[in-house]
Amino acid sequence: MPKKDFIKKVLVIGSGPIVIGQAAEFDYAGTQACRVLKEEGLEVVLVNSNPATIMTDTDIADKVYLEPLTVSSLEKIIALERPDSLLASLGGQTGLNMAMELDEKGILAKYNVRLLGTKIDAIRRAEDREDFKNMMIAIGEPCVDSVIVHDVEASVEFANEHGYPVIVRPAYTLGGTGGGIAENERQLREICADGLRSSRVHENLIEKSVAGWKEIEYEVIRDGAGNCITVCNMENMDPVGVHTGDSIVVAPTQTLREPEAYMLRHAALSIISALGIEGGCNVQFALDPDSLKYYVIEVNPRVSRSSALASKATGYPIAKVTTRIALGYTLDEIANGVTGQTFACAEPTIDYIVLKFPRWPFDKFVYADKHIGTKMKATGEIMSIGTSFESAMLKAVRSLEMGMDSLVVPSLEELDDEEIERRLHEINTERAFVVAEALRRGVTIEHVHDVTMIDVWFLRKVQKIVMMEQAIRALDGAKALDYDTLMAAKKMGMADKAIARFVGSTEEEIRALRREMKILPSFRLVDTCGGEFDAVSPYYYSAYGVASEAENTGRKTVVVLGSGPIRIGQGIEFDYCSVHCVWALKRAGFDTVIINNNPETVSTDFDTSDRLYFEPLTPEDVWNVLEIEQPVGVVCQFGGQTAIKLAKAVRQAGYPILGTDLGDIDAAEDRELFNQLLNSLGIPQPKGTTVFTADEAAAAAKELGYPVLVRPSYVLGGQGMEIAYDEKHIREYMSIINMNVQEHPILVDKYLLGREIEVDAICDGENVLIPGIMEHIERAGIHSGDSISVYPPQHLAPRIQRMVTEYTINIARSLHVKGLVNIQFIEYAGDLYIIEVNPRSSRTVPYISKVTGIPIVELGVRASLGEKVPAMGFGTGLYPPAPTVAVKMPVFSFEKLNEVEVALGPEMKSTGEALGLAETAEEAYLKGFASTKMAIPHPSEGGVLFAIADHDKREAMELAETLASLGFEIYATSGTAHKFNHNYIGAHLVSRPGEDTDALAKLFDSGKIRLIITTPTHGRDPMRAGFRLRRMAVEYGIACVTSIDTAKLLLKCIKLGKKEEDIPALGLHDLIL
Amino acid sequence: MAMLILEDGTRFEGTLFGCRKAVGGEVVFMTGMSGYQELMTDPAYCGQIVCMTYPLIGNIGVNDLDFESGSAKLSAILVSELCDMPSNWQLKTPLEQYMEEQGVVGMHGVDTRALTRHLRKAGVQRGCIVEEEPADAAQLMAAAPAPALACTCDQPYEIPGEGGPVVAVLDLGMKRSLTAYLNKKGCTIRVYPASTPAQAILDAGCDGVLVSGGPGNPQDYPEITEAVRALMAARPTLGVDLGHLLMALAAGAKTERMLYGHHGSNQPVKDLARGTCAVTGQSHLYAVSGDGLPEGVTVSHINWNDRSIEGLRYAGLQAFSVQFTPAGLGGEFDTTYVFDQFMDMMKKGDEQNA
Repeated sequence: MPKKDFIKKVLVIGSGPIVIGQAAEFDYAGTQACRVLKEEGLEVVLVNSNPATIMTDTDIADKVYLEPLTVSSLEKIIALERPDSLLASLGGQTGLNMAMELDEKGILAKYNVRLLGTKIDAIRRAEDREDFKNMMIAIGEPCVDSVIVHDVEASVEFANEHGYPVIVRPAYTLGGTGGGIAENERQLREICADGLRSSRVHENLIEKSVAGWKEIEYEVIRDGAGNCITVCNMENMDPVGVHTGDSIVVAPTQTLREPEAYMLRHAALSIISALGIEGGCNVQFALDPDSLKYYVIEVNPRVSRSSALASKATGYPIAKVTTRIALGYTLDEIANGVTGQTFACAEPTIDYIVLKFPRWPFDKFVYADKHIGTKMKATGEIMSIGTSFESAMLKAVRSLEMGMDSLVVPSLEELDDEEIERRLHEINTERAFVVAEALRRGVTIEHVHDVTMIDVWFLRKVQKIVMMEQAIRALDGAKALDYDTLMAAKKMGMADKAIARFVGSTEEEIRALRREMKILPSFRLVDTCGGEFDAVSPYYYSAYGVASEAENTGRKTVVVLGSGPIRIGQGIEFDYCSVHCVWALKRAGFDTVIINNNPETVSTDFDTSDRLYFEPLTPEDVWNVLEIEQPVGVVCQFGGQTAIKLAKAVRQAGYPILGTDLGDIDAAEDRELFNQLLNSLGIPQPKGTTVFTADEAAAAAKELGYPVLVRPSYVLGGQGMEIAYDEKHIREYMSIINMNVQEHPILVDKYLLGREIEVDAICDGENVLIPGIMEHIERAGIHSGDSISVYPPQHLAPRIQRMVTEYTINIARSLHVKGLVNIQFIEYAGDLYIIEVNPRSSRTVPYISKVTGIPIVELGVRASLGEKVPAMGFGTGLYPPAPTVAVKMPVFSFEKLNEVEVALGPEMKSTGEALGLAETAEEAYLKGFASTKMAIPHPSEGGVLFAIADHDKREAMELAETLASLGFEIYATSGTAHKFNHNYIGAHLVSRPGEDTDALAKLFDSGKIRLIITTPTHGRDPMRAGFRLRRMAVEYGIACVTSIDTAKLLLKCIKLGKKEEDIPALGLHDLIL
Repeated sequence: MAMLILEDGTRFEGTLFGCRKAVGGEVVFMTGMSGYQELMTDPAYCGQIVCMTYPLIGNIGVNDLDFESGSAKLSAILVSELCDMPSNWQLKTPLEQYMEEQGVVGMHGVDTRALTRHLRKAGVQRGCIVEEEPADAAQLMAAAPAPALACTCDQPYEIPGEGGPVVAVLDLGMKRSLTAYLNKKGCTIRVYPASTPAQAILDAGCDGVLVSGGPGNPQDYPEITEAVRALMAARPTLGVDLGHLLMALAAGAKTERMLYGHHGSNQPVKDLARGTCAVTGQSHLYAVSGDGLPEGVTVSHINWNDRSIEGLRYAGLQAFSVQFTPAGLGGEFDTTYVFDQFMDMMKKGDEQNA
């Protein structure tokens, strides 16, 4: 079928800021979509409020709008651009919801815009629970039986009919409290009654429990002519009960008979056919491990996280094919880019095993609830490819960058057997390692299976890894390692470093031994067809004991190290930078290679670089690739801390680092060297020192005077960073930080409560270009990644701006930066201090590139390659500021993470960011808030609740006074209310959590509170009232602002008296000077 | 340490399991990711040494439900990793034990991808698996049995259906799953040994004929081809796999050996009349030659990977044939329409006769 010829101009909706559950996979999908549309000669208009994405680059789409993803904003853009078509199925749930809303509000019809791909009514059928259930019944596909009850008897009746166990889910409760699994009638009566009591609407959903069943997923794709195929099936190692986003997942399925696999395939294809899906679709099943009984759990009628995984797992580009289908092509017309000779209508077959491991944020949120269940908590994931489950698993563990290279977790080794047994019953982020520890202690596979319901097949594989560990541990030193043992360990994916530790040797010695024995890695191709056809796309994974398909090309090659899994503090921005680096290198005439392990990203698309290695980012794994590729340079400055940490290993192996020299990287990261440098330049910094122990830290803090900032060196995203106000506090944090052995010292600095300023600069070793200065709205003390940042600066005196420029130039020159450098300053009492220098790309690079029009990464790469900055056409020094104002707003995922403090601090908590772009600062703030789903409050919508720490009360009073004068009802907790009332600001007294939680809950329920302004006292004990109040705000979905500075900004927007729809949409093309 | 020696001299090492003996046969690779039990008992693989491209084999052991015939038919199986602790609710015996019982040779630890890539380039050839340097490698390689008739049933038998037409199946080495769909639709299935004369089948009465799949080179079975010609002329006839090739030969077309054939469950096949493209399971090394198709024989299906012929129609006859297996579990969604067409044809035949 030819392309539909009415299509000339397509509007593509992105997925917006990154939040847990909707991450980088939609940048990958959207970018693929835009590229296909452009290849087809169509004009592409893109809307996405997330500036950190590749898809929002002006060379990906013709017109890029970094505008809020709201109906009013999209309508403005549709009216302006008049696209004839809309592509929404690649923008995650956000894109899909927007498309449905635009349709419901008649906007698509009004402007004559056709939705491409899956039709609106098909989407609705899949999304609406009732419609979907009816359709499933009509085509004979079973859904989990459930009933909504308002009394206990009805629930018992349901259970008697459908059998136990059943799950009780109370409607509208806090954080999913109440409810649970009932195994029998007695339990059901109890849980159900409890649930009804805790439910605000006295309602429970009773559902047949399939917890413990196998969770199987099918990624299927269908074209408009009705052809459909399975791209990939996947099996969750964690049985039903754990969200698939939080499960360890393998592809293909491992424990299904062919009839079982085909039964589910048949069901998946029947479902997408019945729904009329046109494009990629994900179907999840629960399969009884002891019969052929199954249920359809979920259908995602769009490209999803799982489809990104399936794409990378098989080499079948689901997003691209989905886009072509949307344009009217059929599967047999769409070429397979991997083989170059087959078509998208062939089901991929793979000859390796793929494993996905989630990356959770609990290294940062130490007090958070680490249990995993039906609510996804992972911020990112990694994928590994191996010839065996064992090798895929061990590669995965290394790829996570959690400081592990094996299944051995020292803190678990210390526990006694009873504790391990107890933990085996807990379903949390540690479970895979607890299982390994249990098996290590001789707990039988049968017992572990009985407790966890994890299939025996997986448990046996884990046991095999443990047995190999033990066999190596039993050896008498490295000399006792023979060829067979070492080869078997390497085939199993065991790291040299881990083998060395098990045998009491060093990584170097094991590596040398391996080379002596000629146990060397091979690289195999991912080809979609199990070797049946030649592959033209070089997409590799490593294996031992097999023939290698990778050869040195002899071409001038540069290897770019990627940034690994998305985590808080190291997000999609670094993938943006890596990809741009590759493109710049290609333009400069190099062959490019990417090493990365994140399946959600553009960098791991097989056609981004000339060659892709899907591998962990550890010295050993990187060395293996470098040995094959023999690059003329390795780039470490774009893959965040992951890549920069590898610089040393790269140099050790004798490969040149492109850009800033290793010694100069150290000068920036090493505290002593850095102090010397700043002293020599006469640039002040907050006083500070380095320590290793709690005693040293306490002494240092005493000398500096509280408050102090404590943090480990060599971290990103303020991991383990805290402001300490007293000695108890500092000792608590030292004990947390030292839970992991620290290779580098801990920094203790005087904490200055000033204005934070940030720049990214390009330097060729001598000349420096500063694209722009960014000013942070919140005072120092809130991590730069969590603060609102505005460009160009709105409150900086010209003198300070000149100083920022001068300091930046001096530091970049002295560090001999060749490429990018990011510097953070504090303006305090009229003076400018340096707080941090990062000789690498930063998270602000994508956004500042977009709003200044300066291709920062490209210029950085060119500078690394020796080109001089003045020759690049953007001048040197501070680039003239843009006439528009850009505001970067952080976006959080607190509702997904129980027991995490909502108040901001020096440790980064945001998962993503959105941009607000307008002619004036106030309008830009307003748009930025709109992009983060923070609608500007109006007095008619409810009042404002204050709960303010003592040191902020004075400033809060001014805020309250102004809000009251604007007509807002003011509410306050006891101390704050007292202060307000004493100062003649009328405030309703509100009880704090712990005083009368029910009354507070009732107030929140009543809708009288529209906004909560609450600033934290010190410490992070989750039992404090302020902490509870903020958590309640999140759970009730009430906007909550935790810094006076943020609140002041919000007030400015309220006073502006405008709504988001009143402010014109701005495209990036409007910004060009 | 054992090894596979190919006719061209290439060697691949591994470790024996299952029945540990020297064995020879044609070496093919199979790209399906599941279904090793079905494959081992599929007569189409009779006498062959099959290299599994999916690396983890034996995960679910062997059960009582998934046999495609009464016994293992292939000579040997080459795998990357053999599972030592299978897991499935239907599990009866581990794969290794089943292979011991059935006399199937196994070799694990094989670089199956390298072997596949070699066969893809050098073409399918004979090989032998040995533990020591053999004196008589050539003899071992040649020893593979000429399989077709060995895989057919000894006696005719019937699978009764309810209310549907009677389908006579000429069993050239039939998979059990072949007739499941027709039987489910009510057809009574009468299975005949490959050597049954056409007239005997017609005399016993049937509404249509299904010529089954099976192993080997279609040109090796001239007598059966004669019988097929007679059956095609007399009754609505559907041929699948080897049956398709015999029908083509009977109609005067030529067949040829492919470089490495199609063995797997993901072959895309385009139906030229319907315009649709379906995913099919296949296991064949021979195909109908596109050159010199006789008049009246038209191509109905083509393989969308390599454009080889996957289906034929025969002018003037109530007969058609496809290279793939339209049934079995893999075809349940995608290509059962072929059986529906066959049933329509039988229905029409009935009406004409009536």
